[in-house]
Amino acid sequence: MIELQKSGFMLGQMPKLVINLVFIVYSLLCILPIVLVLSISLTDESSLMSDGYHLIPKLFSTYGYDYIISGTSTILNAYKVTIIVTLVGAFSSLLVTSLMGYALSRTELKYRGQISFIIFFTILFNGGLAPYYILVTRYLHLKDTLLILILALLFSPVNVLIMRNFFKEVPGSIIESARIDGSGEFRTFFRIVLPVSTPVLATIGLFSSVGYWNDWFTCALFIENNKLYNLQYLLQALMSNLDYLQSNAAASKSLENAIGVLPGESARMATCILSIGPIILLYPLLQKYFVKGLTLGAVKS
Amino acid sequence: MSSQSQAVAATVKGERKKTRALSPVTFLREITKHWAFYAMILPGLLFLIIFNYLPMFGVVIAFKDYNPVAGIWESKWIGLKNFEFFFKSDAMWRVTLNTISYNLLIMFLVTSISILFAILLQETGGRYRSSIYKSLMLLPFFLSWIVGDYIVYALLNPDQGLLNQIRELFGYEAIDWYGEPSYWRIIMPLAYLLKNVGYTSVIYVAAITGISSDYYEAAEIDGASKLQKARFITIPLLIPVVIILSLLSLGKIFNGGLGDWSAFYTLPRESGILFSSTDVIDTYVFRALKGVSDIGMSSAVGFYQAIVGLVMVLATNYLVKKYDSESSLF
Repeated sequence: MIELQKSGFMLGQMPKLVINLVFIVYSLLCILPIVLVLSISLTDESSLMSDGYHLIPKLFSTYGYDYIISGTSTILNAYKVTIIVTLVGAFSSLLVTSLMGYALSRTELKYRGQISFIIFFTILFNGGLAPYYILVTRYLHLKDTLLILILALLFSPVNVLIMRNFFKEVPGSIIESARIDGSGEFRTFFRIVLPVSTPVLATIGLFSSVGYWNDWFTCALFIENNKLYNLQYLLQALMSNLDYLQSNAAASKSLENAIGVLPGESARMATCILSIGPIILLYPLLQKYFVKGLTLGAVKS
Repeated sequence: MSSQSQAVAATVKGERKKTRALSPVTFLREITKHWAFYAMILPGLLFLIIFNYLPMFGVVIAFKDYNPVAGIWESKWIGLKNFEFFFKSDAMWRVTLNTISYNLLIMFLVTSISILFAILLQETGGRYRSSIYKSLMLLPFFLSWIVGDYIVYALLNPDQGLLNQIRELFGYEAIDWYGEPSYWRIIMPLAYLLKNVGYTSVIYVAAITGISSDYYEAAEIDGASKLQKARFITIPLLIPVVIILSLLSLGKIFNGGLGDWSAFYTLPRESGILFSSTDVIDTYVFRALKGVSDIGMSSAVGFYQAIVGLVMVLATNYLVKKYDSESSLF
């Protein structure tokens, strides 16, 4: 805190130019690494070996991308898995959390305090990884299924609480008048409450989509069948086996059998770029709703 | 995030009305009267019970010789045997100290830099400019740590990596970044900063936007400078947000598999050489589970982690409550 006050002390004398320079440099720091990866993915393989990595390709080549698109089905397959899981997962997650959040926002419920506490407690304490692993593999038999990739991230306690706080702000009068018109609670929720709640739905929906898209951990825990690898986990497998493979012919053979031909450096980086492609494309939308959602939460208090 | 923190704080405070004893009659009457709402709650509640509460009973595995064939309840009790190996090894101190020191350092740096950035973002001399900076700074937050690993590799790869290319350009020796643990004490916090500062800054900007302009107008009339406004209005009013965010992230530190620990697993690429500076409790638990398949030890360490985490959150919350009961979590 002391340091902060020092920085506050300088604020008065800091000209706008310096402030803008700070942000320009920091923004570049955030973007350039991605440019570097993009550049590697568009560089000729032999040039990478001899010249190293650069921000601008020394010898341009789209071999990496050709390799992926023409080549192994594994990468396309991983794409398919990621897309299906993200779409189904984000939708189901939104449905379950918004229903629960809405019900908990209704003051006429007697047990809403207790149920909220049951939700909150899981943020403080959990059984840990090993019991969770045993539960999923031995008792639910969800190892090597698409379902576990969806279920693992489906319920987020924090999101339910955010939703609940948002729904509290929905004027009770419209819900009341719908009730008088003889609309059932479910119908009221889907027809009247949800349409006026798009900001929170968009924010939470985007959050959980990004969560699903970037999830590799569930895959690392429960998936052994390479047909069910998602993009992130495939990336991890490509990367973590790299050094080991280069020194070990037998191991590289076995991985080749598992995921087809071993991609070179540029193809690996191309896979990485393709995995963040959709995020970059949706980014304008993503960050607009994101900033909105955050501001919403902050001003609400 | 601020909406998160308020959501959580509001849950626990001022929500717990005295309810009459849970008699079956009142229970049934309540459920039938509002059956639709309880039906809405049911799917989420089932999830919570299956995926969050059932594993809590699983902590008994920490005290058993787990046998996959027999299952949890049939396995034999072996007391504290599972804990022995971990508590006797050097690993315990290493991972505990790494976990606590990294998290506190990262928390402090992210918080202070984000608040500084949030205040400076108001001073760029153009809303349009500020929003461009904000969007660019947010970008790393949306990338996974696996992508982060690719980026770090592109920078640090000893032969072709950009950093060594630059070093050679200026006539310095190339450095084997992946072979020397001490570098990672700097690399890890930097990676976390780059990923999270943009996001946290946006949260604090939102929180600053929420501060009533009356304060600033009053300060204006008294002739306060920008620095005095930041020091006497903005920062003090942000403290509650800081406290709640910190409490939540403290809780996450020891929250097996829920915290943002995967960077410690992906960036150093499970390289044993780097363990002294990159191994944290979560990576240790994960390796014990997946690598050596030692479920007993993994759950013992996980149990230790959960207890330490709970104690830390409760202790911090107690201290906060003592000094400022308004900002405590519960």
